[in-house]
Amino acid sequence: MNKETPLTLLDKPNSYVGRTLSRDAAKRAVAGRGRYTDDIMPARTLHAAFVRSPYGHAKILSIDVEAAKQQQGVALVMTGAELAEMCTGPWVGTLVCFDGMKSEPQHPMAIDRACWQGEPVVMVVATSRAEAEDAAELVTVEYEELPVVIDKETALDPGTPIIHPNLGDNLAFEKTIETGDVEKAVAEADIVIEDTFTFGRHTAVSLEPRALLAEYDPGTERLTIHTSSQCPHMIQAVFARTLGVPEHNVRIVAPDVGGSFGLKIHTFGDEIAATAAAIKLARPVKFIADRLESFATDIHARENRVKGRIAVTKEGIITSMDIDVRSGAGAYSQYPRTSVFEANQILNITGGPYAHENYRASTQVVYLNKVPTSQYRAVGHPIGNTVGESLVDQAAAACGIDPMEFRRRNVMRDDSYPRISAAGIEMRDLSHQQCLETLVDRMGYDALLEEQAEYRKKGIQRGIGIAAFIKGTAPGPAGYYGAGGAPISSQDSCTIKLEPSGGVICMVGVTDQGQGVDTVMGQIAAATLGIPMESVRVIEGDTDAVPYGGGTYASRATAIGGEATYQAAMMLRAEILEIAGVLLQAEPDTLDILDGHVVDKGDSASRISLAEIGRIGHFQVAELPNHIQHTLSATYRFRLKDALYIFTNGIQGAYVEVDTDTGFIKLLNHWVIEDCGRVINPQLADEQVRGGCVQGLGGALYEECVYDSAGQLQNATLADYLVPMAGEMPDIEVAHIQTHTGVSELGAKGVGESGTGAAPAVVMNAVNDAIRPFGGKVTAQPMSPETILKALGKV
Amino acid sequence: MKAPKFNYIRAESRQQALELLDQLGEDGRILAGGQSLMPTLNMRLSQPGTLIDINKVTDLSGITLEDGIVRIGAMTRHVEVANSPIIAENLPLIAEAMQHVAHHAVRNRGTIGGSIALADPAAEMPACVLALGATLVVESINGRREIAAEDYFKGLYETARAANELLVEILIPAEKSDNVSVFLELAQRHGDFAMAGLACVARVSNKTFEELRLVYFGSEDRPTLGAGAIAAVVGQTWSAECKEAAANALADDLDPMTNLQGSAAMKLHLQKVLTGRALDAAIERAEAV
Ligand SMILES: Cc1cc2nc3c(=O)[nH]c(=O)nc-3n(C[C@H](O)[C@H](O)[C@H](O)COP(=O)(O)OP(=O)(O)OC[C@H]3O[C@@H](n4cnc5c(N)ncnc54)[C@H](O)[C@@H]3O)c2cc1C
Repeated sequence: MNKETPLTLLDKPNSYVGRTLSRDAAKRAVAGRGRYTDDIMPARTLHAAFVRSPYGHAKILSIDVEAAKQQQGVALVMTGAELAEMCTGPWVGTLVCFDGMKSEPQHPMAIDRACWQGEPVVMVVATSRAEAEDAAELVTVEYEELPVVIDKETALDPGTPIIHPNLGDNLAFEKTIETGDVEKAVAEADIVIEDTFTFGRHTAVSLEPRALLAEYDPGTERLTIHTSSQCPHMIQAVFARTLGVPEHNVRIVAPDVGGSFGLKIHTFGDEIAATAAAIKLARPVKFIADRLESFATDIHARENRVKGRIAVTKEGIITSMDIDVRSGAGAYSQYPRTSVFEANQILNITGGPYAHENYRASTQVVYLNKVPTSQYRAVGHPIGNTVGESLVDQAAAACGIDPMEFRRRNVMRDDSYPRISAAGIEMRDLSHQQCLETLVDRMGYDALLEEQAEYRKKGIQRGIGIAAFIKGTAPGPAGYYGAGGAPISSQDSCTIKLEPSGGVICMVGVTDQGQGVDTVMGQIAAATLGIPMESVRVIEGDTDAVPYGGGTYASRATAIGGEATYQAAMMLRAEILEIAGVLLQAEPDTLDILDGHVVDKGDSASRISLAEIGRIGHFQVAELPNHIQHTLSATYRFRLKDALYIFTNGIQGAYVEVDTDTGFIKLLNHWVIEDCGRVINPQLADEQVRGGCVQGLGGALYEECVYDSAGQLQNATLADYLVPMAGEMPDIEVAHIQTHTGVSELGAKGVGESGTGAAPAVVMNAVNDAIRPFGGKVTAQPMSPETILKALGKV
Repeated sequence: MKAPKFNYIRAESRQQALELLDQLGEDGRILAGGQSLMPTLNMRLSQPGTLIDINKVTDLSGITLEDGIVRIGAMTRHVEVANSPIIAENLPLIAEAMQHVAHHAVRNRGTIGGSIALADPAAEMPACVLALGATLVVESINGRREIAAEDYFKGLYETARAANELLVEILIPAEKSDNVSVFLELAQRHGDFAMAGLACVARVSNKTFEELRLVYFGSEDRPTLGAGAIAAVVGQTWSAECKEAAANALADDLDPMTNLQGSAAMKLHLQKVLTGRALDAAIERAEAV
């Protein structure tokens, strides 16, 4: 732990903070008592299914819904034009913080033209999903196919069709950042390495798909939506505004959520359509995306081509880096978070661990006739880290310097913060050097090098990979959303209350999707208040109950919501001690709370229980003097001040074996050393890192949404889109360096995406290390057996 | 992903199943373990009028050994085949191959008959029955018909079984005690359908292949005998040259399909690699006996 950090309540012996506790929700889930959106079945619920464009790009000439309307059980058939009449207007997926960005207005369902395969065209609502699907098959849509734009490389070429003629070209956004003098650095460098990297499209594949149940009561004019969401308040704002329902009349509840990974911070046209149907019919309407729909309509991500260059001195000092990113978006920019965040983030973080001062990074994000893209776990980081860390490895090899040593010479020094990175972003409280030395130790780096050499002699090709990283977590209000104009909160709040029984209710704006956010908030509250965990109930995911907040995304829940909870608990604690002081005729600062009882500091004998304070504070207030008007509740709202993000850092190691005859990669071992500041629950933090790694490894080795030249998605099933499974995954050893962030008293930074961000980079470096003696090199992901065999010149 | 409407009849006897198959023709579809059929229904890739459930027809399942022939009922679940001592002792090739068939949950329901009736080009059991020279027994109301595995697999999901015929059992000669067998497959994740695979049965003496069958799957539209590769090896003392000759001959034996898993060229390459490895393993296993 950072020596300068003062000890707080949280550092007490036996504190719940820093302790592994199992998730409350896990017990329910394994008992089969999870309650997901689809488990909620109000009487008279109807089910929505969609007719979706079978073409990548087509004009809609006519729609005939008569036969579908006649089907048994059908309550409503609605076209895009009919839906548009119920909406306040189309979405435009731009943010003002992305200068010059443009996007075509997008209706929730296509009206005259469908621009990607899977875009909803007609909604059918019936008494069961099966009946809705039966009727959907009877809808006749006449299309005229239009030329598609599929290849991002040629999307801006003259002669390539323009998807949205109003925009003038297929360019969504372009940007360049430049610091120092890259050309001078390159001209003066001893060694310059250039390479091009490509990354396939991925999608999030949450176990629970997108799910929504909308209910509208015409009597109260209240709209209630249960939905599998990370951001209930954002959903409230967007749905209210799109459908013209006053925001305060809209209640969003996110019940149990079965994974999200960024997928569930977006808004989708089919969900608006189902909600509109509920309003129109005044009956509950449910829409649960099936797996085919998930592949064909959930946001995609990661499709990028990056040209990168690094300049170094022969002593192995990096003098500059520059990258050019061509990013393939979908047919529209996703509303409300846009489809350009990923490219922007690649520019922000590539080469981020290193101290060089010359950097140029540019991007062009282009529209394609594919599913819209947007944020997916560790937005942009897998790409930026892969490019940066591969270039670093190649430079180290060219200098003849061990890649660990090369990084040792170039990472920002632990005593050099705060500082500004080459990308122009403030960095503070990082620990690259400490992480690197810890990794050397944990990997047994020198012994591993020897072992690798021994295996080489036997004809077994093993590779060792290293990848240092930074990760932007917990974005602040100066950044993108609020400032960019989207109705997304970058602060988060906690309201905490002492109940008459002495129990505590803790209501938070951040949400849980299975990672244990609620447990972590409970630990912070219990530790701060000095009460047993069992005395705390955390409520999240209900806009009628919790204070306004952004929800969970960008590794922000603990960093932002955790500080709000800590501060709110501190305020409530002060009230409790003040009341106790009055009742006990003691100075509040001589008192402490231990295990639900007020005690004298340093003593454990109960002087008054919290239950007694609750009883008096709520029922026997006459026992308190008139000037004590405490509410026994507190609300605290936390936001970053000027910082763009709370950056974290770390380093990963990988050990792999490559079968050079088959191109198969075996993952042998994986290490992650990362610095998320204060660790609240070690096991949950570790599992975030492990799960994140596995998601990164999936992208590096298996996953890709494959489109053919007509814009048809080729692999919209789990048999064809391969996600990683436990059998192929390595052991992942995790260690945390805890440099508390200075922006909060809690000191926690984000941890949820650190595994994902660098896992593809480290495994690619390891594979390239394994095949280097054969002159092979892979720069494309996923690294399929064929990619490896081609790199080795075997096919 | 909800199945369209269909009728469902649970056959109480083999005879009833045969009668239903005959009456319904193309419109009837046998439901065995459902592990392949149900997904195609839910994805609306097939829309049969009636499912004929044979799960309650008890005389369609079971494994017995009689006069050197292993008899496996069509409704025998993968898990039963995998755990059977008769299979382990007499058909080690199948025992080895079973480890590659799907995952536990699928093996608990899926059947060997379903696998062979479906004839997925990347499935393990079709390759094994061809390698082992099995006989596939089908039955209709008109009687029983035995089809040699060589004549059974006709193309991509195509077999010699007529629409009104039920696959009832598989007859496989027990592997001879002086035989060795090797089963190899490449799939990116354990339990997935194979990218390339090979079932090898051989009699080896003195590092020489006296008899050999090599059946390739995953890369072809059906399990395919590598006649050229076999010819290049049989009678030869195993050597590096021999290995290369077998690999070279494969180019004429196989005609791999390009799909999402990879190009035809890659699959041919993988089958060559597997050939060398399988034959190496066969020699090793023969020497270990
Ligand atoms: C996730 C997953 C992974 C899998 N991986 C593999 C794998 O690696 N290798 C592999 O081989 N298989 C795999 N399978 C398929 C599995 O083995 C199937 O169970 C098998 O192929 C079909 O058997 P079934 O009993 O389920 O047949 P069903 O699905 O019930 O039927 C399949 C077809 O065969 C017909 N049929 C079935 N039985 C008969 C019969 N006796 N006579 C006539 N027609 C019949 C049916 O009408 C239907 O058309 C996988 C399946 C899943 C879901």
